[in-house]
Amino acid sequence: MSTATIQDHDDHAHHDDHALKGWRRWVFSTNHKDIGTMYLVFAVLAGLIGGAMSMIIRMELAEPGLQVLGGDNQQYNVFVTAHGIIMIFFTVMPALIGGFGNWFLPLMIGAPDMAFPRMNNISFWLLPPAFALVLLAGFIDGGAGTGWTLYPPLSGSTAHAGKAVDYAIFALHLAGISSLLGAINFLTTVFNMRAPGMTIHRMPLFVWAMTVTAFLLLLAVPVLAGAITMLLCDRNFGTTFFDPSGGGDPILFQHLFWFFGHPEVYIMILPAFGIISHVVATFSRKPVFGYLGMAYAMVSIGLIGFAVWAHHMYTVGMDVDTRAYFLAATMAIGVPTGIKVFSWIATMWGGSIEFKTPMLWAVGFIFLFTVGGVTGVVLSNAGVDVALHDTYYVIAHFHYVLSLGAVFAIFCGFYYWIGKMSGRQYPETLGKIHFWITFVGVNLSFFPMHFLGLSGMPRRIPDYPDAFAGWNMVASIGAFIAGFGTLFFLYVCWVTLRSGKRVAANYWGPGATTLEWTVSSPPPVHCFEEPPVIGPDPHHHSGSGPKAQPAE
Amino acid sequence: MSRTDDLARRNARVALICGVTIIGMVGLAFASVPLYRIFCQVTGYGGIPGVDVPAPGAATEGPGAGRIMTVRFNADTDKGLPWHFKPNQKSIDVTLGEQALATFRTSNQGDRPIIGTATFNVTPTKAAQYFSKIQCFCFTEQRLEPGEILDMPVTFYVDPAIAEDDTTSEVTTLTLSYTFFEDTEAEQEAGLPKPEKQAARVGTADQNQRNSRTGG
Ligand code: HEM
Ligand SMILES: [Cu+2]
Repeated sequence: MSTATIQDHDDHAHHDDHALKGWRRWVFSTNHKDIGTMYLVFAVLAGLIGGAMSMIIRMELAEPGLQVLGGDNQQYNVFVTAHGIIMIFFTVMPALIGGFGNWFLPLMIGAPDMAFPRMNNISFWLLPPAFALVLLAGFIDGGAGTGWTLYPPLSGSTAHAGKAVDYAIFALHLAGISSLLGAINFLTTVFNMRAPGMTIHRMPLFVWAMTVTAFLLLLAVPVLAGAITMLLCDRNFGTTFFDPSGGGDPILFQHLFWFFGHPEVYIMILPAFGIISHVVATFSRKPVFGYLGMAYAMVSIGLIGFAVWAHHMYTVGMDVDTRAYFLAATMAIGVPTGIKVFSWIATMWGGSIEFKTPMLWAVGFIFLFTVGGVTGVVLSNAGVDVALHDTYYVIAHFHYVLSLGAVFAIFCGFYYWIGKMSGRQYPETLGKIHFWITFVGVNLSFFPMHFLGLSGMPRRIPDYPDAFAGWNMVASIGAFIAGFGTLFFLYVCWVTLRSGKRVAANYWGPGATTLEWTVSSPPPVHCFEEPPVIGPDPHHHSGSGPKAQPAE
Repeated sequence: MSRTDDLARRNARVALICGVTIIGMVGLAFASVPLYRIFCQVTGYGGIPGVDVPAPGAATEGPGAGRIMTVRFNADTDKGLPWHFKPNQKSIDVTLGEQALATFRTSNQGDRPIIGTATFNVTPTKAAQYFSKIQCFCFTEQRLEPGEILDMPVTFYVDPAIAEDDTTSEVTTLTLSYTFFEDTEAEQEAGLPKPEKQAARVGTADQNQRNSRTGG
């Protein structure tokens, strides 16, 4: 089946969406590609706002003493809180899951669309009101300065008497419902709508990643919903779930939060793993090394991920046996994570590597994510963590896995697929410049935070002793460079969409073997109405699939 | 069209299973509240000491025999509760297994009757499971009239098993800590006057916060 035949389907298909033009096409969209595009645009906009907040934070922290916020420390905490919530729930998740997931999961398994297209529309449209609530929570009644973790008693009705925290909770409720509907959609699509011959063990790794992610969402998000609902009741209806005066315990909130929170960090990174696998395979012109190991590493990361949550709580007074258990379980997660890193390296090993922009981001990801993984293993030592908990070392750790991990993977996916999604290729030189600006900026910003944390600088405090001044200035300069990189990215988008070269179905050549490369760029509104045939046919052989396939 | 009908049915089934899973997980989150409480009481986790068991008497054999434990006392009140609350002794030295009595003095400095309940914990938390209270003022609500002064007892013992546990055998000092909170629910049941709203405007910052809290 060639691109042309698929175009044909398009012409003969009669679907309601065809009638939708202008704004209706987007507001009422049930098409997975349009919804994916909306998620991506939303993620970029939210990321710009959340990123602007981080610029303010770094301006405040550039020098000791109080700078731009004029000593309004609650305002500082409000920015920190909003930055965290926005980046996690409104940038990384919508981009990786809603954006790339919607776009490419159906294409990769040869499905015509998601299983529940209308529900897909609702999933997306829950996000803008949720985002509006987050912003509202930042402005009203002094703002929510609780951190994204919303721990009581700080988030209780004494410390945050106004409505701000309530709005933040509602925002998370809406974002949570959106994620859950999305998860149901992904799982149903993967289980029921794979093209004939696309067995579970031939699914591309990005599909595997999205499947495990959807499971994690299904099991973790409801627990967050429960916890913040209890918090809402404590704040407004006089219950005392987390209030000792009525027999509650604030520590219980931490347990519930992190039972969600640790799987959540994998929810943000597993789709990234999927993207990186595809890109590394494509630009090494080799199938991914150890396909099954890669797939089941993600499954085991997902499983163990539910049994390690208290490594965020080593300082709450757990007994030594409990801490020893969580220490061991946390380190155990390093094993499947290590398997993935080694498999990427093994894929590149001996391959004819081509350092196009997506590959730069992918290699950057592997390198920097590993740094973050190593500091994670350091933190998993309960004894060490007592000293490092709530310092900038933790900030360095999770920005290496998120800002330099998940975000690098988002850019990686963008450069890999923008030609497919828009039909226009990005300009190679500009893409590379964007990568290098960002790479220098974020490392300059986050690496010194290891030193600051090791010497005891606490997080979530807008001032610090003079001794920390040097590295903080370096970190701020780095952040501004990265911020400039973001503006440069907007410029790259503009150039690409305006005057990028038109591209054919498979512009990456023989290394790109998954099904999305068999349809035109951009794909027709409807493709795979007739399921593609998955067989020994080399055109449909999934490159990140098993090596054992007879093809090629 | 039977193929699409069939697909719709299979899709609905997966969605249903997902929906049930979601509801189940929300349910588990709420079920964790009582489960966690039971867990803490059973294990002494989070510094919750055991309650209501008769003392075995001073240990005469085993590593705990004749060992002395210093028990220190701490008393706090919630912000805005106009009570003075102090232990009458800084600390007591008890032999493991032996019953001991400590008293706490409370006085109501406010101008209205107030009902309070006390929460308690024992540090180091790892040793809390070996601290048992036989009787305690914290088991019930306490009502104090304006100006009333009350001495309140707690009888307790420290389980000799504390000396046999590798993780607690080095402990020589325990701290028993109480915090009194106003029990507005009990006050309502008893028909007591509410804390005056008026006070909020002229009161201290603490009272302001408190009032906005109980009023909300
Ligand atoms: C080998 C893998 C990893 C290990 C062993 C690990 C370990 C840890 C530990 C022990 C902490 C708690 C530090 C503290 O608060 O004192 C922590 C915090 C954190 N980790 Fe990881 N981690 C790993 C991977 C990841 C990944 C992949 C992500 C996200 C993509 C991530 C995101 C975070 C975040 C966001 C926090 C801080 C949460 C907060 O307090 O706000 N970690 N990690
Ligand atoms: Cu974690």
